[in-house]
Amino acid sequence: MLDLRLYMLQRISALLMGPLVLGHLAVMIYAIQGGLSAAEILGRTQGSVLWFLFYGTFVVAVSIHGAIGLRTVAHEWGGLKGHPLNVFMWTTGAGLFALGARAVWAVTFA
Amino acid sequence: MTIERGPQAAQAQHVFEVPAYDNQTVLDVVSWVQQNADPTLSYRFACRVGMCGSCAMMVNGVPRWTCRTHISKVLEGNAVTIGPLRNLPVIKDLAVDMDPFFDKWVAAEGVHHGALTRDDPIPPVDAASPARVEANAGIECINCSVCYAACDTVAGNPDYLGPAALQRAWTLLNDAKDTGRVAILDAVSNKGGCHNCHSMGSCTTYCPNELDPMTAIAGLKRETAKSFFKRRR
Repeated sequence: MLDLRLYMLQRISALLMGPLVLGHLAVMIYAIQGGLSAAEILGRTQGSVLWFLFYGTFVVAVSIHGAIGLRTVAHEWGGLKGHPLNVFMWTTGAGLFALGARAVWAVTFA
Repeated sequence: MTIERGPQAAQAQHVFEVPAYDNQTVLDVVSWVQQNADPTLSYRFACRVGMCGSCAMMVNGVPRWTCRTHISKVLEGNAVTIGPLRNLPVIKDLAVDMDPFFDKWVAAEGVHHGALTRDDPIPPVDAASPARVEANAGIECINCSVCYAACDTVAGNPDYLGPAALQRAWTLLNDAKDTGRVAILDAVSNKGGCHNCHSMGSCTTYCPNELDPMTAIAGLKRETAKSFFKRRR
């Protein structure tokens, strides 16, 4: 069900997410000092290549990591296998990517 | 003693009153039932000294080698429940079909891969080398299938090769006399391979010989990850 390729993809995406999660938490703590407003967030992110790359990478890593992880849950707990299992994985990954990419685009270059 | 019999074992419970003796194993009690109460009871054993690996059963819901488990250790209020091993098809009563277990042993390349003939000298084995120490840690497996029955990943994923087969693959990978490195790494990288292990550790907890299949599987994950990057270059 999980071969070496999927395993490595999930581990590498986890490695990527490690520092990104820490960065995200740090910015959250920094950003809420003295209240939080949409204007403040957008002021930081709009037009920023750095934040686009930061959260863009995050979204790609989450889509890969989450889709493979949920694939395992769907197989072991849900009994899904073969073609339907692959469809489930790709749909989950594409869905996560669409949601995340839309949000990242909205706060950076939209 | 409650014995769960048949494929729907949990629904077919037979209760037997058995005499208590100071010294008896779970297997002794099962044998007493077969010899004195119900001669139709089927179960499997051979050596009775913990070497052959044929008498494993579920005892109060956990897998144990019954010939080396003293009944006093497992009694709950003077009662005990015995069932066929988990994760394997039941043939009859307490005897399970071990074929899937041994088929996976072979599928994990748990076979000797030799490259020498009888005319070649015997390759030296350095007992202190790190690889040999790794191999030695897993070679006392008696194929009892206790780890396979204990494994929740096998329960949820029938293709998974399981702890015993993967541990044998790991011992062969570290064996100076075995030349099957590529075949083994490929076999344990397939869809039922070592990467399905969730490291829950039931194999290591329940192994009656106190082996550590979970660490062996972690070793396979490490080696396959290394070879993943090497082969890409």
